[in-house]
Amino acid sequence: MPGPTQLFFPLIRNCELSRIYGTACYCHHKHLCCSSPYIPQSRLRYTPHPAYATFCRPKENWWQYTQGRRYASTPQKFYLTPPQVNSILKANEYSFKVPEFDGKNVSSILGFDSNQLPANAPIEDRRSAATCLQTRGMLLGVFDGHAGCACSQAVSERLFYYIAVSLLPHETLLEIENAVESGRALLPILQWHKHPNDYFSKEASKLYFNSLRTYWQELIDLNTGESSDIDVKEALINAFKRLDNDISLEAQVGDPNSFLNYLVLRVAFSGATACVAHVDGVDLHVANTGDSRAMLGVQEEDGSWSAVTLSNDHNAQNERELERLKLEHPKNEAKSVVKQDRLLGLLMPFRAFGDVKFKWSIDLQKRVIESGPDQLNDNEYTKFIPPNYHTPPYLTAEPEVTYHRLRPQDKFLVLATDGLWETMHRQDVVRIVGEYLTGMHHQQPIAVGGYKVTLGQMHGLLTERRAKMSSVFEDQNAATHLIRHAVGNNEFGAVDHERLSKMLSLPEELARMYRDDITIIVVQFNSHVVGAYQNQE
Amino acid sequence: MFYRLLSVVRRRRTSPGWQNWPSARSNASSAAAPSAALPAQAQVVICGGGIMGTSVAYHLSKMGWTDIVLVEQGRLAAGSTRFCAGILSTARHLTIEQKMADYSNKLYQQLEQETGIQTGYIKTGSIYLAQTQDRLISLKRINSRLNVMGIPSEIISPKKVAELHPLLNVHDLVGAMHVPEDAVVSSADVALALASAASQNGVQIYDRTTVLHVMVKQGQVTGVETDKGQIECQYFVNCAGQWAYELGLSNEEPVSIPLHACEHFYLLTRPLETPLQSDTPTIVDADGRVYIRNWQGGILSGGFEKNPKPIFTEGKNQLEIQNLQEDWDHFEPLLSSLLRRMPELETLEIMKLVNCPETFTPDMRCIMGESPVVQGYFVLAGMNSAGLSFGGGAGKFLAEWMVYGYPSENIWELDLKRFGALQSSRTFLRHRVMEVMPLMYDLKVPRWDFQTGRQLRTSPLYDRLDAQGARWMEKHGFERPKYFVPPDKDLLALEQSKTFYKPDWFDIVESEVKCCKEAVCVIDMSSFTKFEITSTGDQALEILQYLFSNDLDVPVGHIVHTGMLNQGGGYENDCSIARLNKRRYPVGSRNLMLKHMPKDTDLLLEDVTWKYTALNLIGPRAVDVLSELSYAPMTPDHFPSLFCKEMSVGYANGIRVMSMTHTGEPGFMLYIPIEYALHVYNEVMSVGQKYGIRNAGYYALRSLRIEKFFAFWGQDLNTLTTPLECGRESRVKLDKGMDFIGREALLQQKQNGVYKRLTMFILDDHDTDLDLWPWWGEPIYRNGLYVGKTTSSAYSYTLERHVCLGFVHNFSEDTGEEQVVMADFINRGEYEIDIAGHRFQAKAKLYPVASLFTHKRRKDDVELSDLHGK
Repeated sequence: MPGPTQLFFPLIRNCELSRIYGTACYCHHKHLCCSSPYIPQSRLRYTPHPAYATFCRPKENWWQYTQGRRYASTPQKFYLTPPQVNSILKANEYSFKVPEFDGKNVSSILGFDSNQLPANAPIEDRRSAATCLQTRGMLLGVFDGHAGCACSQAVSERLFYYIAVSLLPHETLLEIENAVESGRALLPILQWHKHPNDYFSKEASKLYFNSLRTYWQELIDLNTGESSDIDVKEALINAFKRLDNDISLEAQVGDPNSFLNYLVLRVAFSGATACVAHVDGVDLHVANTGDSRAMLGVQEEDGSWSAVTLSNDHNAQNERELERLKLEHPKNEAKSVVKQDRLLGLLMPFRAFGDVKFKWSIDLQKRVIESGPDQLNDNEYTKFIPPNYHTPPYLTAEPEVTYHRLRPQDKFLVLATDGLWETMHRQDVVRIVGEYLTGMHHQQPIAVGGYKVTLGQMHGLLTERRAKMSSVFEDQNAATHLIRHAVGNNEFGAVDHERLSKMLSLPEELARMYRDDITIIVVQFNSHVVGAYQNQE
Repeated sequence: MFYRLLSVVRRRRTSPGWQNWPSARSNASSAAAPSAALPAQAQVVICGGGIMGTSVAYHLSKMGWTDIVLVEQGRLAAGSTRFCAGILSTARHLTIEQKMADYSNKLYQQLEQETGIQTGYIKTGSIYLAQTQDRLISLKRINSRLNVMGIPSEIISPKKVAELHPLLNVHDLVGAMHVPEDAVVSSADVALALASAASQNGVQIYDRTTVLHVMVKQGQVTGVETDKGQIECQYFVNCAGQWAYELGLSNEEPVSIPLHACEHFYLLTRPLETPLQSDTPTIVDADGRVYIRNWQGGILSGGFEKNPKPIFTEGKNQLEIQNLQEDWDHFEPLLSSLLRRMPELETLEIMKLVNCPETFTPDMRCIMGESPVVQGYFVLAGMNSAGLSFGGGAGKFLAEWMVYGYPSENIWELDLKRFGALQSSRTFLRHRVMEVMPLMYDLKVPRWDFQTGRQLRTSPLYDRLDAQGARWMEKHGFERPKYFVPPDKDLLALEQSKTFYKPDWFDIVESEVKCCKEAVCVIDMSSFTKFEITSTGDQALEILQYLFSNDLDVPVGHIVHTGMLNQGGGYENDCSIARLNKRRYPVGSRNLMLKHMPKDTDLLLEDVTWKYTALNLIGPRAVDVLSELSYAPMTPDHFPSLFCKEMSVGYANGIRVMSMTHTGEPGFMLYIPIEYALHVYNEVMSVGQKYGIRNAGYYALRSLRIEKFFAFWGQDLNTLTTPLECGRESRVKLDKGMDFIGREALLQQKQNGVYKRLTMFILDDHDTDLDLWPWWGEPIYRNGLYVGKTTSSAYSYTLERHVCLGFVHNFSEDTGEEQVVMADFINRGEYEIDIAGHRFQAKAKLYPVASLFTHKRRKDDVELSDLHGK
């Protein structure tokens, strides 16, 4: 079976085999729960910790691992045809073009492409995009959930409302509040741009609305009367913190409806990172919490592409984050607060929504779990208190906000969860997207100028170019194109259909071992509009 | 493009500019150096120094108008005119276009002799290739019309094609049309020659002078503001080509000139090893979307691709169209097509790919005439890449229009007035020209509807009708149902449904027509324009009596069919007028231009099209449906024909019910305030069920009205048709006791007799299933001699024959001069209609077939199926 080995080794080569074989890990999901040993550690947010061994279902043992290994080889028998591969890759793709009115496009955004490829079942990543209707600007975000998708789902449907409300001027807030009070129709705040698979929870909608309303009521009350310009950075930070706070509060208060009660607890006990971009004209703000990343694609004068990182990962690779954590906790915890590159030896991202296990006091955790529904009580994971848990909170949802003023050479922005960034270098990401987006234009236009070219030669040349073009245009979506490369790239950086087919035909139980959920949003900027802004000043 | 540059440069070397050419120099005082100040006033200012502007100037000056200033923002003949491929082709789809091209051809041919300026005119002839049978039919139709105009042309075999052109691959051809008189010419040189001749006649020409806007006072042109100063003038002519739209909008009172430019590419090569003869015919391979002409021993080849690139939507202005990008990738399909047609060209060396924007209009016809909003504002633009072919003729017609008030030929198909507000949207134009440009070489089949710019104006019943299977056509942006596809029937896809033969909807329309004859049908006719005139005194009657030819002083409640005439007695529109009370007249009309309306505050004219939904209940059972819905007797005793009452229908009050159907069938028109439309429709449909009611569309209406010899304005009638020429003497009251517009002309015509007569033809030996269907524009032969063309046609399900309407002329056999047409002349003749070269016998009738009006089902014909709902 040469096939599988080739596939396996590159993925597990940097993992110590002993660690793999010797440990089991906890996974919130039953589907994925440690059915195989080949879990590259770096790919899971929760480290395999000896203490977790007990949480694993008793059936799981070494014998199973070998079974799993054999099982892994079976999919090699079926190859996916290119159309099948495409239908998998394109299942979640979504494109939005900012409508052009009569040739006068005032938005600095041309549109965006987004897509996601699940590795978990169900996928734990989420994405959101919306246009602010009462203020200018567009919001785009990717959310990487862990320990389930409850938190990322909640953040994906709620966060933008918090941001939009934070950006609203006092008068608009008053108007909305008055409308609610008097039962009039509300001003719409957001125009969502959703793929049909992106859903919103109907059941929690009322609860979420009430929390949001409390938030704007407080904003109204806090208003000092002086109509100061709203600072986007501050608004983003407030919105992130407020939502996380609401998630936490809702879980503490509970809900008389048992379904909702369980839901708010699942949201609070699972976690999610968020990377959100707010684009208004040439003003680009990126608010990041966790290890998703925002990357700007810049086209240099010579046509080449370079990547500008607009967010910092909040994980062990970030010195400043390590420093922050150490400062926030007593000296004696310096060694335990980050262990094996993980927060308290458990969590990879150092900032996240939810994850109240890293935020609440032990007392509070116990109280909530005890009074909570049975499902919660039966869940070993929620009951488990992280080791060395002395001075909570250890985790925050406060984002780090970066500001960038768009320039005409800034062609696009890639927002993606770590599933992309761990398979591809940022430079490659930007190059692939850049070449894809410019596509046709990148091929130098042919000019005859002075050379002797016959009609036949020209015809041959053009036919060749068209053939080349059609392969680029297999994808109508930049995010899909990027995923195709992320999953199917061979060592030469070219998409290898065989590899792509193998990776995509992995059964649900195995997929997570070879890749993480990947979620990508590629936002394309309108250089003309950006340039016009520049000229105005 | 270079070849033009080269030739201009070559000339410049000998003389620094057109102003100094011998011909122009003689007139140096008027057309002095460019620095000379503009004159303060002139009779006419022409904007645009391309072929259109120079041609208008040339013709005006020939007709004796010499106080003319022509201004050009760049250099003369430097826009599309300079880049033009230089092919003059007379094979056009409209007769008027053929006439313009034919005149241009004759004009250019002698221009060199007249002006002494070389125009490069060479008679090459052109060959139109057909790769399919349908294309060949299309060519045969054109061929028939060219022949009756006296322009030589013939349908030839592929073998003959190969003899005429050395390089052509003919194995995939089914035939071709050869037009030997077609020519190639340098369009820029033609424009310069025209300019120089005009200048000799006294026209002053100023280049590098930009028109900023036209000054208008009280709806009348008063002058022109340019970047070099003002010129007072009475007439302004907008020949600004692709900038005509922008220029039109720049006025205080904007003039909408709907046109839009698309990039257009053609290829120039170096000479062949054995250089092509300069008289090698031009090839038009419409199925391959390319044209190919000889050019300096090599070839020039361009085409009209399927995916055009619109340009200048935002009106980006620039002096001259300089070096737009060549786009080889875009040209690739055309190049493939060219090499397929002429495989030997593989080794031919490329010289240049030229990108020259061409201007297109929403209906692929050029735009000429006077603006309806600004008097004295004339337009000639939007040539759909046939500027060279039309230039001479169009300039002549426009000049005649300005000098005499009307052109010598009937150009209403090209009149600017055919457009309304819809076409002035940039978005609409951008989208529409992307459909129009490929249409240049698409097969033109009958009943083709544009697909872009649709669903703009709709009736409140649109969704309801659409859900019931309505298929739609569009008129002035208004969607109207063509027919209703029953749920169990599938029609062909749009592209496959193109045919010159029996269409796939034949049976559907048949059942709709049958239902109109035997039961009752409802047709949504909301798209008809409706006006209402009210006044405090008797002014309404007075003014209408003056405007319309029929006597409108009728008792309240009566409807009068009439029309507005022009001074020449021709129909400006055709309408029905009902007198609602002593002072209110709703005018049901399809095109009303009340420019004669006095500025009288007591008189109110209102376009109420949008206020009313019009439902046409056609059929013998319409009476029953309506009386059941209104509890009012609707029998002819109580509600005679051509009568109008305001009454309640269902719960809705104030519905105007008129006993007329536009078809000659019994029935009613309901004018329903739009908020009641759905209610009334639902009531009519539910009550009508037991009378076998069903929806019908315009195709059924059309079949019904044509078999009854009901002529429609815009199709059969136009501004050059008088009531006397179409058998409507009874609708004209010459002795109604007061004058009306056109009365003089009609009186005279009555005395002298008419020179053409609208006649109905019933095709005799025509097989509906197997023969080509008539459309319109088919030549009519009387006793073997050409006497006119058809204007519309339809299949009559009652007569089970095709019916064509058309005008019969009486051309003198010796001189070709038009003579008076008497009823006797029509009746005593053997007629044939030429459909794509095949002549079908036809019976001519001056009055409708009487039996159609007294349709009665015989008792023993009744069958069970008549009990089914329709």
